[in-house]
Amino acid sequence: MPTLNDILILLPEFYLVAAACLLLLLDAFMKPAQRPLLHWISIAVLLVAIYLVIAGQPDRAVTAFGSMFVRDDVAEIIKVFALGTTAMIFVYARPYLIDRKLLGGEFYTLMIFAVIGIMLLVSAGNLVTVYLGLELLSLSSYALVALNREAKLPSEAAIKYFVLGALASGMLLYGMSMVYGASGMGGTPTLELAQLSHVMGYTTAPTLLLFGLIFMIVGIGFKLGAAPFHMWIPDVYQGAPTPVTTFVAAGSKLAAFGMAYRLLADGMGDLAQHWQLILAVLAVLSLAIGNLVAIVQTNLKRMLAYSTISHMGYLLLGLSAAGPEGYAAALFYAICYALMGVAAFGVILAMSRAGFECEEIADFKGLARKAPWMAFLMLLAMFSLAGVPPLFGFWAKVLVLEAAIHADMLWLAIVGIVFAIVGLYYYLYVIKVMYFDAPEEGGALQVQQDKPLRLVLSLNALSLLALGLYWGPLLAWCRRAFGV
Amino acid sequence: MFNHLLSLLIWLPVVGAIPVLFAGSARPNLARWLSMLVAVLTFVASLFLLVRYNADTGGMQLTESYLWIASWGVHYGLAVDGISVALIVMTTFVGILVIAGAWEVIQDKPHLYMAAMLILEGLLIGVFCATDALLFYALFEAILIPMFILIGMWGGPRRVYATLKFFIYTFFGSVFMLIALLYLYQKAGTFDLATLAALPLTFKEQAWIFFAFLIAFAIKVPMVPVHTWLPDAHVEAPTGGSVVLAAVMLKVGTYGMLRFILPIVPDAGAHFAWLIVVLSLIAIVYIGYVALVQEDMKKLVAYSSVAHMGFVTLGIFIAFALVREQGSTDMALLGMQGAMVQMISHGFVSGAMFTCIGVMYDRTHTRQIKDYGGVINVMPWFGFFYVLFAMANCGLPGTSGFVGEFMVILASFAASPWIALFAAFTLIIGAAYTLWLVKRVLWGEITNPHVAEMKEINGRETFVLVAFAAAVLALGIWPQPLIHLMDSSVSQLVQQLAIHKI
Repeated sequence: MPTLNDILILLPEFYLVAAACLLLLLDAFMKPAQRPLLHWISIAVLLVAIYLVIAGQPDRAVTAFGSMFVRDDVAEIIKVFALGTTAMIFVYARPYLIDRKLLGGEFYTLMIFAVIGIMLLVSAGNLVTVYLGLELLSLSSYALVALNREAKLPSEAAIKYFVLGALASGMLLYGMSMVYGASGMGGTPTLELAQLSHVMGYTTAPTLLLFGLIFMIVGIGFKLGAAPFHMWIPDVYQGAPTPVTTFVAAGSKLAAFGMAYRLLADGMGDLAQHWQLILAVLAVLSLAIGNLVAIVQTNLKRMLAYSTISHMGYLLLGLSAAGPEGYAAALFYAICYALMGVAAFGVILAMSRAGFECEEIADFKGLARKAPWMAFLMLLAMFSLAGVPPLFGFWAKVLVLEAAIHADMLWLAIVGIVFAIVGLYYYLYVIKVMYFDAPEEGGALQVQQDKPLRLVLSLNALSLLALGLYWGPLLAWCRRAFGV
Repeated sequence: MFNHLLSLLIWLPVVGAIPVLFAGSARPNLARWLSMLVAVLTFVASLFLLVRYNADTGGMQLTESYLWIASWGVHYGLAVDGISVALIVMTTFVGILVIAGAWEVIQDKPHLYMAAMLILEGLLIGVFCATDALLFYALFEAILIPMFILIGMWGGPRRVYATLKFFIYTFFGSVFMLIALLYLYQKAGTFDLATLAALPLTFKEQAWIFFAFLIAFAIKVPMVPVHTWLPDAHVEAPTGGSVVLAAVMLKVGTYGMLRFILPIVPDAGAHFAWLIVVLSLIAIVYIGYVALVQEDMKKLVAYSSVAHMGFVTLGIFIAFALVREQGSTDMALLGMQGAMVQMISHGFVSGAMFTCIGVMYDRTHTRQIKDYGGVINVMPWFGFFYVLFAMANCGLPGTSGFVGEFMVILASFAASPWIALFAAFTLIIGAAYTLWLVKRVLWGEITNPHVAEMKEINGRETFVLVAFAAAVLALGIWPQPLIHLMDSSVSQLVQQLAIHKI
């Protein structure tokens, strides 16, 4: 029987479910004239959720529903940033969606359900919860990608996402079943992550366990978008409506980190020496494929897709260090990437209008003359993504590299840094287009006049500079979560 | 205020750039005057540095240290020794001159240009006084951003190629240094340079770290064979960009060698000193010949910069050989001091040369030597300055160019007469390319119609050139104050050379 305590631990999640349902109802019964209110209500809902997460945070990790659900600092950090970036996306998305007549209750509800998925996923204490959270997030995401039903490209992207996503979920589930099976051979079968970490010690079928681990890594790799499981990323990024792309880039990468941490560190901690090398290989492949292929892209969304793949390579660098410091570095990286990604896509959103998707790199020609402030914000995002000090992205890179060196993987750090040089080129190219090229005659560049968008986007991009100058507290928070 | 003098020096131009930016392109004159005000204030503040720094005791002074990133033990640590003080004062001095030099020249978005210059200046000052390796690295890399914008936005026709090459080339070098620093952090648990200097390292570790550092700094200096970005960057950069690049940014490379290679990996440094000496000699002799055949004035001066920086690296690393193999500290001191004087002197001379080329370019919009000839007939005052700086560039006694080179040649003679012989080649080649440049540009009959239309330098340009000339002559005639300023710091560096870490 769930106790009141269980419910209190899950209060933010319960609250969000109730709020999402309420939003659906509101959407159905509101007069069309009042519909715009929905936007502000949704943002308020998310902000209250952030408050609930922070205010109700227990001093130390607690579990609920028979350890199905864990509420610890790691989950707290991810939840705060997932909710925060989603609220930012809401602000950025409004003009874009209005221009395309996509603004409706379903966008907000689906997004909130996706966030609930993230929250469950990163708080999972049990394989079932992992799967539940993942599916809630994925199914909402599939629908969001196809938000623009009329257009071809989004539908294509959604189908690709769905088919490959289903395949990956299948792999994950298959792996889980093997792990479950292995845990039952020579002991009591269990789905609990905390218990699973001891399975290697007693199981009579270690091979089965390792196979299960590998299948689970496939699922994680897909969610992270790490090469060679990255095939869906470019198409989905390019095809999805830009606000949804932003969410897939920022929110679900945070979730993917949480999932990897729960499954690998919590559940398979004993097998670290086995998965460490696999992750290192995934990292190298992601760095290579992401950075090299991004160079030749002409579509900014697609380029950012490949850049995401490379960034996941850096995140994996931290994870493969397989120690609390490495996890802290990877979490720091995930947060940093979320903020950078939201800023970069935010500028695309701010420059897009009805009938004009500002998503080709060439569309940004001469932005520094047409809209100097937007160009400056994009410049910050690009230098941060490239990892040039003093911006935030640089420190995130330093942290994961340090984690890799700390774990005696100097070679991996060197691979990582070499590809940072490769990656530099395409970020600089965007800056080159904005600053050094003359704007086209009668060009279509025009900034959205939406005040909240401009304000939040400015704060977002400037935070990359501010956090670059003073990132100590955030790092301390991440490290405390892992007990360093 | 004096307790935070160094912070003030770094942040005054950086923060001062913000109001300049907000002055906007609508009020260009406000932006110009504001940036001039900031630059002058920074220069004045840097003069206080000369007063506050005690050159007799040497060592690191005016220390500031605050815990920046607690969980990593990274400090916001600043301090200066005599070498830093000299470089910082040179930076702030040049800072005023580039802003004055760009006054009417930059018509397109002057506020952005001035702001980028100020930020660049602040970051460069930061590089010269950081005592924490991570802080140094962050500043060292951050200077690329304003420079990238400066070359890319106000540069010549091939500016995009040049600025991308510049950025990626220099970024490439420094990332290996980052790996080396992280490795050192693993061993020492801190990024504090003084602690790292005391850290024992095996020869193998030292060798790897040495090369990681060397790539980073050699590209910045730049040394042969990684100098190829420099001619492109110089040619395409706007005048002010070239001046800062040549006068200050190249010094970051040699300064880094002093702060990182010498104290942290002295044994590897001594072991591979021959390599640097050979590369420096190649820079002096071979690049001198390369400069001779250039048809673009800026390229010629850019190559001559590579050759002159060769003296700096030669002076630093010849000291290794002298101390370790011959035990002659006096000669090593001479070589090292020569290198330091050469650093400062080259800052003024190359800055002045690029300013002169900029003055001509503003009138004719060409940098090709063949497009000139007989400029002295229309611009006699300009010709006077140009000849003066050309003489300094080829090391005429009485100008600052002579002092440093002479000291380095003297020191290298003690190490090996052969090295001195090759180094002394510069007196011939340097004179050849510089004088030939003067001959083709200034003397002779006016053959090109646009030369006839060139106007004599105006008050603003005269101010800039007079300031440079004063510095060049002052250092040439009376270098003693500069040598005294750096003396105790240089002898401390030389003492460190003798310490074995294995």
